[in-house]
Amino acid sequence: MENKRTCLYDKHVQLGALMSPFAGFEMPIQYSNITDEHQAVRTACGVFDVSHMGEVTVRGAEAERYVQHIFTNNVAGAPIGQVFYGMMCYENGGTVDDLLVYKMAEQDFFLVINAANIDKDWAWMLDQAKGFDIDLQNMSEHYGQLAVQGPEAEQVVEEVLGLACKELAFYTVKTIGDVIVSRTGYTGEDGFEIYATPDYINACWDKLLASGRCKPCGLGCRDTLRFEVGLPLYGDELSAEISPVMAGLSMFCKFDKEEFIGKEALQQQKAEGVAQRVIGIELSDKAIPRHGYAVLKDGEKVGEVTTGYHTISSDKSVCMALVDSRYAKLDTPLDIQIRKKVFPGKVVKKRFYDKHYKK
Amino acid sequence: MAKVIEGLYYSESHEYVRVEGEYGYIGISDYAQHALGNVVYVDMPEVDDEIEAGEDFGAVESVKAASDLIAPVSGVVVEVNEALEDQPELLNQDSYENWIIKVELSDSTELDNLMDAQAYAEFCEK
Repeated sequence: MENKRTCLYDKHVQLGALMSPFAGFEMPIQYSNITDEHQAVRTACGVFDVSHMGEVTVRGAEAERYVQHIFTNNVAGAPIGQVFYGMMCYENGGTVDDLLVYKMAEQDFFLVINAANIDKDWAWMLDQAKGFDIDLQNMSEHYGQLAVQGPEAEQVVEEVLGLACKELAFYTVKTIGDVIVSRTGYTGEDGFEIYATPDYINACWDKLLASGRCKPCGLGCRDTLRFEVGLPLYGDELSAEISPVMAGLSMFCKFDKEEFIGKEALQQQKAEGVAQRVIGIELSDKAIPRHGYAVLKDGEKVGEVTTGYHTISSDKSVCMALVDSRYAKLDTPLDIQIRKKVFPGKVVKKRFYDKHYKK
Repeated sequence: MAKVIEGLYYSESHEYVRVEGEYGYIGISDYAQHALGNVVYVDMPEVDDEIEAGEDFGAVESVKAASDLIAPVSGVVVEVNEALEDQPELLNQDSYENWIIKVELSDSTELDNLMDAQAYAEFCEK
């Protein structure tokens, strides 16, 4: 099947980006190099084309009840403009997807889902919608999306794009005409995500690049940035087999809610413990652990690396890994098999760099 | 345009051999370092390890991915370029100056299976 293209595809090619298939889209991995783009976001400002992400709207008399049913976090009675992070889970606690839920108005929600999961999520949402008085729309084809991220993002969005965003608190959203702007992101830095028509997104992209105040950044550094601050990627740290509890994301599962799909299974996992957990491992060598490499204890395989890098911000070889819970305690010595050699490491917190959110 | 040096032997997986007497210096071509991007780690064999033509003997890693090093010839490792342990970026600066391993060649006829500079330059053009 031919890969899809975002509304900015031609601009990426003109910039000489390294293009690669990701989640069914032909996406820019890097424009210059991953390290420079990563540092631009940590120290100044970068812009990402994330138009591949999916958007679903839930509206109608029972919109809130429906969102509460499919979503692990609790949106009940939230103020308009609040944004929530959480998961959709199966009855057995496995993860359908992780997503953002925006409360746009009473009984009007905007859900942002992973590109790789759009078809699966949409089918799942339709299935769960039976019996609810709601209007559910898959708007993924209609929206382009930019993420403007970094300590200078607020000034850049205000001054270059002319979008008033200063008063937005962390994890809140507003609309300016047809444009949706939220103070959210996937980098561990302050920043904004902008959802609008492809034409508007193209105009924003041009202004941002022409200003010279914002570096175009590819998915390569999007992954190194989110990894360093311990944010999960669906497919690596979350999956149908990896529940939010296993991933260490119980805080986004609100068990005081009356019900949501997967609640019983997740609550049981939380109470009784899980067989495997996602942890951090730091190696004492510079060798780089990669997705799928074996984690060993005394020569026996006890887990697998989910994401690993030689981190850019802290110059260490670290990874997140799904391991047997018996070895999940901090400072437990664990080894990682990298090609033909075995490298020693130890369990650490899975946050390798501190977040710099503006709250 | 990637740099190709006369007098070296090149493989389709973009390693080169520079032959000096019974020894060969093995590294990656300029084309390869450019395709990899910023090199952040070089996984090298140890002295006295035997390497076999067509088999991997280590890896070069960029931020994003690991790329196996495939031996263009067989032999015994007599030296590894230790400078690369602390400065893997030397491969980006000059991958021909900064060879990865030095081997004692076990079968010089294997060189006939590799490309000369002109053939390799054409190979990279494709």
